[in-house]
Amino acid sequence: MNINALGTYFQELNKIIKNSVEEDLVISNCMGQRYLGCGLSDGKLKIYGVPGNALGAYLDGAAITVHGNAQDSIGDTMNEGTIYIHGSCGDTPGYAMRGGKIFIKGNAGYRAGIHMKSYQDKSPVLIIGGDAGSFLGEYQAGGRIVVLGLNSKSNCPVGYFCGTGMHGGKIYLRCKELPSSLPDQVNASLAGKEDLREIEADIELFCREFGFAKSGILDHPFYVLTPNTKNPYRQMYVHC
Amino acid sequence: MAINYFYPEFEVIRDKEKCIHCGLCVSECANQVHSYKADGKQLTVDDAKCVNCHRCVCVCPSRALKISKSNHNFKYNANWTRRTITEIYSQAETGGVLLSSMGNPKDMPVYWDKILINASQVTNPSIDPLREPMETKVFLGSKPTAIQRDENGKIINNMPPHIALDVPILFSAMSYGSISLNAHASLANAAVELGTCYNAGEGGLHEDFYQYRGNTIIQVASGRFGVHKEYLEAGAAIEIKMGQGAKPGIGGHLPGNKIVGDVSKTRMIPEGSDAISPAPHHDIYSIEDLRQLVYSLKEATDYKKPIIVKVAAVHNIASIASGIARSGADIIALDGFRGGTGAAPTRIRDNVGIPIELALASVDERLREEGIRGNVSLIAGGSLRNSADVVKAIALGADAVYIATSALIALGCHLCRGCHSGTCNWGIATQNPELIARLDPEEGRQRLVNLVSAWTHEIKEMMGGMGINSIEALTGNRLMLRGIGLNSKELEVLGIMHAGE
Repeated sequence: MNINALGTYFQELNKIIKNSVEEDLVISNCMGQRYLGCGLSDGKLKIYGVPGNALGAYLDGAAITVHGNAQDSIGDTMNEGTIYIHGSCGDTPGYAMRGGKIFIKGNAGYRAGIHMKSYQDKSPVLIIGGDAGSFLGEYQAGGRIVVLGLNSKSNCPVGYFCGTGMHGGKIYLRCKELPSSLPDQVNASLAGKEDLREIEADIELFCREFGFAKSGILDHPFYVLTPNTKNPYRQMYVHC
Repeated sequence: MAINYFYPEFEVIRDKEKCIHCGLCVSECANQVHSYKADGKQLTVDDAKCVNCHRCVCVCPSRALKISKSNHNFKYNANWTRRTITEIYSQAETGGVLLSSMGNPKDMPVYWDKILINASQVTNPSIDPLREPMETKVFLGSKPTAIQRDENGKIINNMPPHIALDVPILFSAMSYGSISLNAHASLANAAVELGTCYNAGEGGLHEDFYQYRGNTIIQVASGRFGVHKEYLEAGAAIEIKMGQGAKPGIGGHLPGNKIVGDVSKTRMIPEGSDAISPAPHHDIYSIEDLRQLVYSLKEATDYKKPIIVKVAAVHNIASIASGIARSGADIIALDGFRGGTGAAPTRIRDNVGIPIELALASVDERLREEGIRGNVSLIAGGSLRNSADVVKAIALGADAVYIATSALIALGCHLCRGCHSGTCNWGIATQNPELIARLDPEEGRQRLVNLVSAWTHEIKEMMGGMGINSIEALTGNRLMLRGIGLNSKELEVLGIMHAGE
């Protein structure tokens, strides 16, 4: 089903999406309508234009593809499903996501993948094709964040305070130089074959969707950031 | 160096004539204060391990035990108290941030105790609640601003979602992990019987508790623990936790050693991993951002659940509340600085925030001034200790109140403030199966039901005395209150007159 979103308020648009019995929905002329696909558990949602904040929040299994840029908080607290952004996105993509996958062709804003966590068979993935802003993976507790830095002009494709408070999961940075200041909680090392094998299948999905060559991406050094403890603040307190 | 040795704060006194050497004290004390001597017959104590929780005293069949505050102390000094000195020793030894449990114990003004309630005499007769109906039901949520009609003149139901409570008292947020499963079960079952809600806190919802959905408030905090679609749908209302009275500006942190078994499952994080909820939601830096979270939750639940925003009472709380009332939130929960906690940095707990009485009065006043009081209901929390506090809170402007410490005391808490230890002898703040089993959820339910029913009857009597027969007619009715021993500024903030005026 095709939906022309032009001039449609977000509440109306979401109601149409939720009440639709069809599996595949295409939204055209999207102009910043928020909360699209919020909590959606199945089906495919293809969006042309720019969806507003909180796209796919609490997503529970549906597949969302955006042909354009996206704004803040995509996939907030997402549990399952996939989100592809054929462009760049704003701040906090994948906030506290527990499962599912988010692929961003271009750049991401501040605080991407913060509070990301894994649980049992769930292990979320966030791949950013270009650069990521500061505070990447803050308080990360699980899952994998990958920043590829494709077409990046800087030597390291992330901003300041990468991985602050990290206590689980992994951050992959495709670059030859580490971020200038890494917090105490983070160990950094060059990715080995074993590390890269963990993300290979997801890189393949990224390449297939956005038309990149996998070899060109993986034939490049990656750094892996891991937390040095899952209890970063254990020593900080004394009871009185 | 021996300067870190403190003579124990408490002494366990055993009456040797009364003691029957039954050993119950040994098995009941998880802090291992009591033990048998080498001969296996004589009992001995290690005072240093005692937290003064009274468990041994209460269970001793021959009444042979009592706990006494030690009279061993530093040379008297009104400024440098024992607590102040020992805290310095402790920090000098460890370099740690001081951490405490339960609400602020310091001697700070309790305005509830300086407010008096009115009663009718001669004119406007009082109402006898034993004879006449008194309405204690309250509806929490946003009120529509105008009546809408369709083309035939019929009224369109434009009422936003509400929670209907039979009593104006809810159980405040306490997460599974910070308190035990049996404590949660007691609260949930009591809420069902009382026709009110308990609040599952920010640690997710245990699978056994999805059945209480109509009586459950679920929380979404910065760590988003256990938050998923089904969870959001499992509550009668969703509370966004922005802050907590015991630790304004500070986040939550359940250490990895408490993330075991079902606690890990409920929070949906691996065992042993810390559960960190930082102070800010890192996606909320403004009222507009808050509005985004409010609406994403509304969208996810089809606008069927009222959204509560819980904030700590801080200096500019009136402006903050004004913003929240415009964010699309349906209810604001205000938490005063005496509110309880499983653990909070001591300096924050004891020095940050303001009393709920002042915060509530100024928020209610501001929202009225701005004509947006109907946008939201107000829930006040942060140490409401009895039914008179509840009546005063409602007359100051609350639609309902949150209680937690009072509820825990009803369940057997003796306020020893040792929640952080995980060895709560009363089975409340622990995840040790043997200790949890000491709290019978059925008995717990009954005790909570008794407490709230007794308070409700007292509330009815106080309302009846004022000639008021419904909570809604008491809400914000400050003429029913007078201050005693308060200065003019305090009276001005509270919006009440002095006794005798």
